[in-house]
Amino acid sequence: MSNEVKEETSKPLRIDPWFKHKVLEMPGGETLKICFQCGTCTSSCPIAHISDSYRPNQIIRLAQFGLKDKVLSSKTIWLCAACFTCVDRCPQGVEMESVLRTLKNLAVKEGHIPKVFKDLGSAVLETGFAYKVPELRLKSRKDLGLPTLPKAKIEDVKKLAEKTGFIAIVS
Amino acid sequence: MSNQKYAIFLGCMIPYREVAYEVSARRIADVVGIELVEMPDSNCCGLPLDPVNHEMAIALAARDLCLAESMGLNLMTLCNGCFGFLTKMNKKLKEDRALRERVNEHLKGIGMEFKGTIDVKHFIGVLIESVGIEKLSNLVTRPLEGLKIAEHYGCHFLRPHKYLGTDDAENPTVLAKLIELTGATVVDYLDERECCGGTVIGIDENVPIRLARNKLKSIKDAGAEAIVTICPNCHMIYDLNQPRIEKIFSESYGLPVLYYPQLLGLAMGMSPDELAVGELRVKADRVLNRLIQKA
Repeated sequence: MSNEVKEETSKPLRIDPWFKHKVLEMPGGETLKICFQCGTCTSSCPIAHISDSYRPNQIIRLAQFGLKDKVLSSKTIWLCAACFTCVDRCPQGVEMESVLRTLKNLAVKEGHIPKVFKDLGSAVLETGFAYKVPELRLKSRKDLGLPTLPKAKIEDVKKLAEKTGFIAIVS
Repeated sequence: MSNQKYAIFLGCMIPYREVAYEVSARRIADVVGIELVEMPDSNCCGLPLDPVNHEMAIALAARDLCLAESMGLNLMTLCNGCFGFLTKMNKKLKEDRALRERVNEHLKGIGMEFKGTIDVKHFIGVLIESVGIEKLSNLVTRPLEGLKIAEHYGCHFLRPHKYLGTDDAENPTVLAKLIELTGATVVDYLDERECCGGTVIGIDENVPIRLARNKLKSIKDAGAEAIVTICPNCHMIYDLNQPRIEKIFSESYGLPVLYYPQLLGLAMGMSPDELAVGELRVKADRVLNRLIQKA
């Protein structure tokens, strides 16, 4: 099978002592510091069961240690499927999905944005929705007796994208 | 606020590829007396953009919530993803004043304000709370006796428990109750609560493909004849991708994946056409033939 995500381990590691503080300050990153490495997240994780590289507790540890570049340039942070099993089971109350989301948001700011998210983002700016419904589908809705689809107010979406800084990321 | 009238939020995935869910859910809503009011200028719930920019994701969710507030109606979703995200954001915006003020600052530019006057519901939750098992059971005219069903909830209906609180996330029973009222039998299988992995298909498609293969195999081994889902994303993984998974692993499952309202509709005596059963990728002929033989 193609596309298997592999970690690069040969590069020298650079430590950024301020990185964890940056994560802690962001909405969703607050619980990074309370992880005590019990590994409940990884043992509960459906992705970790089948992936060679994705270990949520390791990502947390790397972030706590300040290995910013290793974390943010890594493809593994993007493998969280947001199933929230770890969030429900964490004995420390680490909001793992939110911490990972914070790391992904930071990675995007550093220029690491997977193509799929660029596409989703462009679609939202263009149509207000993550997927553009094909013409044929729009026609067949009538035959199926379905009402007309909502049409998002693009000027509103664009204004929100400007306010939140989203527009700069996608365009 | 009326219990039986909801603003319906379709999201992105259902109109894009999973229209069978919408058709069948609307038919059921009609029959059980749930009035659905369209949300003509709604937008994406925000979830797909959360990994990229959390602030934008909340702003999009807040705009949809404001639209429902202005309609004076609770918002009902069919999609688990929309349900999970909008529920969580609605709760956070209601409880966290600093967040609310920040988001309202964004919303000011488009003439909106989040007030926190509505709740977010999932279609399945509405069936349970507003209609009830008893009333639904009374509407079953063609019990699906002997039909073995494997249930799949999808994560964003159950987790994170502290935000959604729909059911016991480790041991949920809602869907089994709903399936059993149709006369069908719920079959247990290995790793039932495992995620479909659909959200990472654009990052590494091997992940959902392998997760789905494990699940389809476990379901087949358990002797189920069909799968029932309540989420378009999970459905896409198990139905749309099933032929591809069969090819990759040289295995054969032939498991039709029905949306719950399709199963319920069949048990209520509706025709497969009314419920858009023909829209499914894996044909449900074997299941349907059983119904015809029994009739």
